[in-house]
Amino acid sequence: MPYTRRDFLKSSAAATALVVVSPNDALASGRLPARWTETESDELMAAALGAAKAAGATYADVRIGRYRSQNIGTRERQITGVSDAESYGMGIRTIVNGAWGFAATSVMTTDGVAKVAREAARLSRAAGSVQKRKIELAPTPVVKGTWQTPVKRDPLEVSIEDKVAMLFAANEAALKVPGIRFVNSGLQLLREIKQYANTEGTQTTQTFIRVGPSFSATAVGNGGFQQYGEELAPRGEGWEYVESLNMPGNAAKWASLAVEKLGARSVEPGRYDLIITPENLWLTIHESIGHPTELDRALGYEANYAGTSFIAPPEAQIGKLKYGKPLMNIQGDRTQEGSLARCAWDDEGVAADSWRIVDKGIFKDYQTTREQASTISRLTGVTKSHGCSFADSWDSVQFQRMPNISLMPSETNTSMNDIIAATDRGIIIKNRGSWSIDHQRYNFQFSGQAYYEVRGGKITGMLKDVAYQSTTPVFWNSMDMIGGKDSYWLGGSFGDGKGQPGQSNSVSHGCPPARFRQVNVVNTGREA
Amino acid sequence: MSSAPKSLFAAPLDGDYLTRDQAKALADRVLAFAKADETRVNIATGWSGNTRFAGNEITTSGGTTNTSITVTSTIGKRRASSQTNILDDASLKRTVEFAESLARLSPDNPELVPELGAQDYAVVNGYFESSAGLDPEKRAAATKSAIAAAESAGGPGANIFVAGFLEANAGANAVATSRGLFAYHRSSSANLGITARTPDGTGSGWSNAGARDWNVIDAAALGRTASAKAAASRNPRAIEPGLYTVVLEPAAVSDIMGSLFGTFNARANDEGRGTFSKPGGGTKLGEKIADERVTMYSDPTDPDLLAQPFAQDGTPVRRVTYIEKGILTEFGYDRYWAQKQGKVATGGGGGFGGGGGGGFGGGAVKFVGGTQTTAELIASTKRGILVTHFFYIRPLDQRTVMLTGLTRDGTFLIENGKITAAVKNFRWNESPLFMLGKIEEIGRAEPVGAGRVMPSLKAKDFNFTSLSDAV
Repeated sequence: MPYTRRDFLKSSAAATALVVVSPNDALASGRLPARWTETESDELMAAALGAAKAAGATYADVRIGRYRSQNIGTRERQITGVSDAESYGMGIRTIVNGAWGFAATSVMTTDGVAKVAREAARLSRAAGSVQKRKIELAPTPVVKGTWQTPVKRDPLEVSIEDKVAMLFAANEAALKVPGIRFVNSGLQLLREIKQYANTEGTQTTQTFIRVGPSFSATAVGNGGFQQYGEELAPRGEGWEYVESLNMPGNAAKWASLAVEKLGARSVEPGRYDLIITPENLWLTIHESIGHPTELDRALGYEANYAGTSFIAPPEAQIGKLKYGKPLMNIQGDRTQEGSLARCAWDDEGVAADSWRIVDKGIFKDYQTTREQASTISRLTGVTKSHGCSFADSWDSVQFQRMPNISLMPSETNTSMNDIIAATDRGIIIKNRGSWSIDHQRYNFQFSGQAYYEVRGGKITGMLKDVAYQSTTPVFWNSMDMIGGKDSYWLGGSFGDGKGQPGQSNSVSHGCPPARFRQVNVVNTGREA
Repeated sequence: MSSAPKSLFAAPLDGDYLTRDQAKALADRVLAFAKADETRVNIATGWSGNTRFAGNEITTSGGTTNTSITVTSTIGKRRASSQTNILDDASLKRTVEFAESLARLSPDNPELVPELGAQDYAVVNGYFESSAGLDPEKRAAATKSAIAAAESAGGPGANIFVAGFLEANAGANAVATSRGLFAYHRSSSANLGITARTPDGTGSGWSNAGARDWNVIDAAALGRTASAKAAASRNPRAIEPGLYTVVLEPAAVSDIMGSLFGTFNARANDEGRGTFSKPGGGTKLGEKIADERVTMYSDPTDPDLLAQPFAQDGTPVRRVTYIEKGILTEFGYDRYWAQKQGKVATGGGGGFGGGGGGGFGGGAVKFVGGTQTTAELIASTKRGILVTHFFYIRPLDQRTVMLTGLTRDGTFLIENGKITAAVKNFRWNESPLFMLGKIEEIGRAEPVGAGRVMPSLKAKDFNFTSLSDAV
């Protein structure tokens, strides 16, 4: 999704919406500073919920967020930026007369949170003056609990020196490859402590850790330049995951692909069988399955920004739409190990869920929140929320966001090599390049970072200037081979944009490599 | 609650953002903790209120306030920053110490330039009470008026579906350094966007207006325009993709030109990896790159832009004319590259930085318009496509600024000077740079958002590559 600015507040200040600092401080070692014990947070949350009820709210929920984020960027032998940010505050959501209100503050005192609770109730009343239907929440069990992303090593505990040394070692290795002129590498790290409580009695505390490494190299030669970006998936994991990528050890191999691209042949446009690697396909799943199966889009809530969905109205689609052939199974999931959208409870206190969105090629269900579940329960038989409520900051209102959505591997043990061997005239598409899709998620055009020609079941050379363009149902119905579980790989996006004001969501998508028949390929390398 | 945190920072809480004096006092408190060779403090403080609607009713609405500081510490040739929104003394001290420890751990940056001392800035008033005072009740009333206008423009029984978003912001950015610089800029903005859809799902129309001053935005008029476009765009015809003359409304011009702004960065071009780098060295500065009627500049003091007059690092943002009468005239320079090349830094670090570092001034740019209305551009077109706005624009080739994207919410066929049919949306692969060389007419310029002025435009041979069924 186009992630656009949310105005000055979101783009400058509240990029502020990012977090807590200090090496000596307790928070840096994964604990809360003494002054904000859980007891004290409990008292603040209780004060806010009490003030909301006193102001007329029939329901309210409150989130305290403590965010700490760190970004390190390098180019060649220098640092382009090191920043570390903390953000702390509370958001409260109310229902008064059946209408939503939301307000947020960084003034974390009993007076401050009570004031903002009253402001939320005021917003509810104003909204009620332009509202036709009353909000109804699907029932959900009251829960109390804590959860934390399981990590061996908290990435924010690793010294800046060690992180920079690792990135520099990768850059140095890449610069040794003849032809390489520029290298960029970086790390994006986040830790979020989220406390949630509602007037129904649910109260949870969760700590999320996410890491996002990046690497790209630019080769200059043959009268031009070519860039190659390696697809290093962001994950809900610890520093051990970053180390497992062995960036210093692999950088030369990645950089050499930029050099190889200088000599690649420009693609002849036309129809080809595409063999799409998981490093590219995850994003196609995100855009052409993840977004159109968001129920708020299908109902028109995103019409003014991200758009609606071709999978609408629900009564015409659930159990009817043939998304693909029977080998296609799509799972929505917030429980998957290592994934970015993993949690124990969503931002409405609903337990993490795992469910089929597409079963044997047939569309079965959408992504839902408590407010949405009842709108399709007569069609799906599911009366509970699938737990897709998420807010990207304490000062953002929670709404329906994408869970991890993945293409399940084949029961057989088909490998990438098997798919290549079975393909007579095709192109292999590797890694994320450019991506664009329309506002109902029909027409898309995606490119990659590296492309290989396949002839007679063998790779015969490298191509460039490739993009594939298709229409979602046609594309997925052309998928006729998928890899087995050994070829499954989990990609994802640290920042997926949606909503007004814009919010960013982190989400993973797993898939095996897959083959798509006779897809339109365009040449993107038109010269000036 | 005696154990709860005491008031973290008493001052700002009467209003929704810090005044100049409060910002100065906060910056001084931060700088007093600093032990580094040089320290910079950036403050972003503000309020934001929004109302979102769909299905002809308000769906969510919110109000937030926040103040955050970013401390940037320099020790020798090392620099790093740390940010917090917790404003008690202990947290500020912690944040300063952490920025200093990060700086000490960072390797030398050979490109580091010293922090600035006091500067002279242009005086820009981009703050309007009309936007800053757009409270929940006023936003609900404006929303109601826009929805009602859209419903009635659709006619009796039309059941037009109306969605949209109204947002208002008010706040300030400040920057201070240990070398004596202090700058503060207060600004406001408001934006209302409306999408109307016909109940059969075959028609969609959009209209949007943004400004620093809410009073210039007519909510009902926006509702009527969106609704009329939705009705007119029903049952679109599929026409063959290919090269067409296009009439782009100002919003569409803004969408596609947005990708061009980053290409005016001096360094990338000087280093041989920019859009305007010449093979074998040098740049195309001084050469004709567009139709001679094209002039584009960034100027925070322009009354139509009213952008922040300083960049994140305190560099004064000056007027930069990127294209004048079709000639590539100036690039944007950050302080390091300006110093290295013997130029003056433009503020914002290159490209159409406007205010620098995002925030209020970011992206302020004016594409100078002509005299004709969009209606007149349509009237002089024998055969072409009218585009309301674009969606999901992504780069395909940095060298040529080749982009892909789609049309959206009101795409029409023009024949013999008249709109004759609604047509299905297109995907296109086109470069704004190529387009600036294929201009037939530049229409009147108008504000398309706070700090952005764009004209409507007629250009030939726009490359539509495939059809989209999206409505």
